[in-house]
Amino acid sequence: MSLPIAIQIRGVEKKFGDHEVLKGVDLDIPKGKITTIIGPSGEGKSVLLKHMIGLIRPDCGTVMVDGVDLSSLGERKLNEIRKKFAMLFQSAALFDSMNVFDNVAFPLREKRLKTESEIQIAVFEMLERVGLRAMGHKFPAELSGGMKKRAGLARALAMGPEIILFDEPTTGLDPLMVHAIHHLILSMHQTFGFTGIMVSHEIPEIFPISDWVAMLKGGTIIAMKPSEEFRQLTDPRVREFISVNNGMAAMPV
Amino acid sequence: MSLIRYLGARAIEFIEEMGKMALFLLRAFGWFFRPPVRIYQIIKQMHFVGFKSSFVVTLTAAFTGMVLALQGYYTLRKFGSEALLGSAVALSMIRELGPVLASLMVTARAGSAITAEIGIMRITEQIDALETMAINPLQYLVTPKIIASLLCVPLLVAIFDVVGIGGGYLVGVKLLGVSGGSYWSSIESAVEWKDVYGGILKSISFGLIVSWVCCYKGYFTKMSAEGLGRATTQSVVLASVLILVWDYFLTSILL
Repeated sequence: MSLPIAIQIRGVEKKFGDHEVLKGVDLDIPKGKITTIIGPSGEGKSVLLKHMIGLIRPDCGTVMVDGVDLSSLGERKLNEIRKKFAMLFQSAALFDSMNVFDNVAFPLREKRLKTESEIQIAVFEMLERVGLRAMGHKFPAELSGGMKKRAGLARALAMGPEIILFDEPTTGLDPLMVHAIHHLILSMHQTFGFTGIMVSHEIPEIFPISDWVAMLKGGTIIAMKPSEEFRQLTDPRVREFISVNNGMAAMPV
Repeated sequence: MSLIRYLGARAIEFIEEMGKMALFLLRAFGWFFRPPVRIYQIIKQMHFVGFKSSFVVTLTAAFTGMVLALQGYYTLRKFGSEALLGSAVALSMIRELGPVLASLMVTARAGSAITAEIGIMRITEQIDALETMAINPLQYLVTPKIIASLLCVPLLVAIFDVVGIGGGYLVGVKLLGVSGGSYWSSIESAVEWKDVYGGILKSISFGLIVSWVCCYKGYFTKMSAEGLGRATTQSVVLASVLILVWDYFLTSILL
């Protein structure tokens, strides 16, 4: 690959108790692209994603972000690196003690880079983009699943991150909403040009929105290809996973 | 052999847990001295731990003082020394019952809520979300709660003492007919600075125990609803037991 690399993972292994989850993962995340990691449930896709932002540290191996190895950094240096990142969690992880507006404003207020009136404008603009302009005063508990993901996305985008991690951004949503969220991610990507790394199960859906697709199975990356090439792979492990998950596999897209 | 192995494993587990708890507390304190100082969070927690507990503390204090006066009166009357009722009520309040009962009420009301709040934030990944925003969750969530409880529990205990002594006055003087003058003067002559100081020391340490245990149990909640329920129960039981055990040792040191 001759593309510029945002995150480089080499030989990452992780055990939880006796359970070996990652057994030597090598992965390059190209800069400015959307890379989707697919694979069977419980194979450690989310665990791998959390390694990239230092929420989990590898037992061995390295996670390099712009040439800095996260696995050996102290808290202060790690927080410097984390400023490049944002993460959209599976459950959206909105702070349920705050309304949607305050949730989106929270990282901005914490960093104190802007005045309160600038923050107000920025937050309204971001809520507008994700289609939640009128929902700022609502609390997370009052929102539907799709709205929570939108609010989570607005919060992730608010700091203008270079890299956004999406941990199963469409889990638990109906098919229409899945499509809407994917479309939103794609259009935000076109607007802001961040590097996106997504963990997902939505097999046919993710191909058109991803630039690259990687598959994690048995604790290692077994394939990583540009989206179109990935669909043509003949590796039986990939074929089995794609076709089992994809009722429409036989249909032309 | 397997019994020995079992006991050994449990002992190692126990010591490990103690070490984890100690490190947790040290880190939480360490974060207090690093910027930013989270004044707003501390005030919010003081409102929650302190102000919102004041009603239940006042209520329990009034009845504790009243029953103490009632019991004390019938006991003291056997020796013809009802005049000492004031000092009996005040000393037991200030030295023992105030700190212990007020702290137990704070544990039941605020402590369980602290564990549940932090535990829910853990299992819904809100704590991870804080970390990804480069905000230290200990500094944001735990430190303000510990500071707030160190400040508020002594104040609640002071309220408890005063209301309790007032409750004793109500029953002893107004209901049972002890002379008001002797009620107050016996308090004045019997209560020393050492008693008050001991009570304050107790209440500060109980405040620390409550917030420490409850934050710790919430922070390391197992990732399930069942885990959260267990963490909340454990935190209340552990904090209450620790308060009573530590109360004994502290009293024996202070005496």
